[in-house]
Amino acid sequence: MYAADPEQVAGVARDLELLGLSTQTFTFADPAPETRSDLVCVFTGDDAPGALSFCQVLGKEDAMRNVPLLALVRIEHLRELFLREGVFDDFLVVPYQLAELDARMRHLLWKAKQGEQTDILSFGPLSINLATYQVHVDAHPVDLTYMEYELLKFLASHRGRVFTRQALLSRVWGYDYYGGTRTVDVHVRRLRAKLGEHHNLIQTVRNVGYKFAG
Amino acid sequence: MGLDDKQKAYVLRQVEERDIRFVRLWFTDVLGFPKSFAIPTEELEAAFEEGVGFDGSAIQGMARVQEADMIARPDPTTFNVLPWRNEQHAVARMFCDIANPDGTPFEGDPRWVLRRTLQRAQKMGFTFYCGPEIEFFLFDSPTSPRPLDHGTYFDLTTQDIGSEFRRKVISYSEQLGISVHSSHHEVAPSQHEIVVRFADALTMADNIMTFRLVAKEVANEHGLYASFMPKPIQGEFGSGMHTHLSLFEGDRNAFFDAADEYHLSKVARSFIAGLLVHAREMAAITNQWVNSYKRLIPGYEAPVFVVWGRRNRSALVRVPMAKPHKESSTRVEYRAPDPACNPYLFLAVVLAAGLKGIEESYDLPGESTDDIYAMPAEERRALGIQALPDTLEDALALMERSELVAEALGEHVFEWFLRNKREEWETYKAVVTPYEIERYLPLL
Repeated sequence: MYAADPEQVAGVARDLELLGLSTQTFTFADPAPETRSDLVCVFTGDDAPGALSFCQVLGKEDAMRNVPLLALVRIEHLRELFLREGVFDDFLVVPYQLAELDARMRHLLWKAKQGEQTDILSFGPLSINLATYQVHVDAHPVDLTYMEYELLKFLASHRGRVFTRQALLSRVWGYDYYGGTRTVDVHVRRLRAKLGEHHNLIQTVRNVGYKFAG
Repeated sequence: MGLDDKQKAYVLRQVEERDIRFVRLWFTDVLGFPKSFAIPTEELEAAFEEGVGFDGSAIQGMARVQEADMIARPDPTTFNVLPWRNEQHAVARMFCDIANPDGTPFEGDPRWVLRRTLQRAQKMGFTFYCGPEIEFFLFDSPTSPRPLDHGTYFDLTTQDIGSEFRRKVISYSEQLGISVHSSHHEVAPSQHEIVVRFADALTMADNIMTFRLVAKEVANEHGLYASFMPKPIQGEFGSGMHTHLSLFEGDRNAFFDAADEYHLSKVARSFIAGLLVHAREMAAITNQWVNSYKRLIPGYEAPVFVVWGRRNRSALVRVPMAKPHKESSTRVEYRAPDPACNPYLFLAVVLAAGLKGIEESYDLPGESTDDIYAMPAEERRALGIQALPDTLEDALALMERSELVAEALGEHVFEWFLRNKREEWETYKAVVTPYEIERYLPLL
């Protein structure tokens, strides 16, 4: 929860707590937090253009990736939203009804989760963007070959489930691959090497196969 | 979309997402030197469709002038971003297969030579896996083999530039898809070894090419020079590339037989016999330089005699003691090759020799447990123990008569290779060496 001064922050934060949400409060002058929130509320206060510029900067922080932003705006500042639509995900006019704040936040959280489910698989330090084929570990890009990528994607999207080498071969390679299941071992080994210190994300289940343990 | 199309689409997407401006297309000449040219990424889609034309006449062993037009076809499964470029303008590489203008595979392409032999293995139901131990030296310049340390086997020294170097080599290698099993300081001063985990033979040949570049690149970053020369320092151990080989039939290790006293199957025994029978003919390929034969002498754990054994470290073929119930690790280690060979041709001839042994059901001679070096020559002769060729010239003479090597390499590579290597030998023969000046000038 952000606002220009501590008093304004505290006002909204009380309402959020009434809704049963655990809330951290910041003023615009505070350094950006490093931990990722599920959702960010910004009360634009008296200086709406300044507050929206702040939102724009905040949105570019790494910790804000895929985090929805709800702008709380006084009715006389609504026109300031014009041409700044990319800066927030939704807005709410202040003063608001508590029920409306609740409904809008729930909707934003639901939408964000949908987005994550379809496009980004994320497990601690590892993220797999299914739309762009990009894999990151600790925010660094990892270069995978196509089969390494497909194998990682398959294991990660069935987290915790154990697959035999044979099952992986037919489901990932998807055809009667000549080389036999040793191919799976070779690729798992290469994937682990590329995951570096997070190689344990892919675990060997003795005498069975592999599973993703993120 | 077929798998091949999916892989191409994946590569095109990576190139876009990672802001890659150029893709390097790699291939290998007959002597095993890497060749590369870059295309802008806008050309990549067309390159997948039609290949990229280039003039092959300037490439060693590629083509005669009248048939200079060659086509490089990038292999999307080998796409990788090069780890030593900065991230804003990443550069990626792909290995290429070389084709004639009419689209047929080009006979002079070492990658094709290996592919063709692998197809033979495949028809017999086998997949060929390999894992090399690559030795090399680190010097401060390419002009003088001056060691940087006085370390020896497994040494761990403080402020060892070598361990920092090895760490980086491993990190780059792994980013390029080469799984490194281990690395250590080798016996000679300034000598290092990297043990690579097994992969299928084509991937491994690509990996060896890549690894040599990685080592040279990292050395260069440290102001040093990495050399794969087989015997750079007289009186010290040379650099070999012992390579572990195995054949799988699907998921089954075709070399394993629980009932056998050595846990070796009939297939394994005939494969080893094939290696032994044809080792001398293949030597010009596994050990292709004048200098290669300065390594193959007694006293430095390099193989000299054509024998096999389990503990015998002077043997040409070693069968590592299998761990009980570890079927998949049953393998044979071929100890002749040095790291300056052409890995595609080396793996092609070795596989051809093993397959020949299997096809013709060669019998495996008894295991050698004695120190053959210490054995008097007459006794060796009585036992029928042969030695590897002494010089490149001898090796070429043996190769020239070899049907097996001619068939494995194909006529184009076979003839070009012999011609080129004879020239090398003639040049070497004409050199008056420091040895002669030191020995003879004061005397004669």
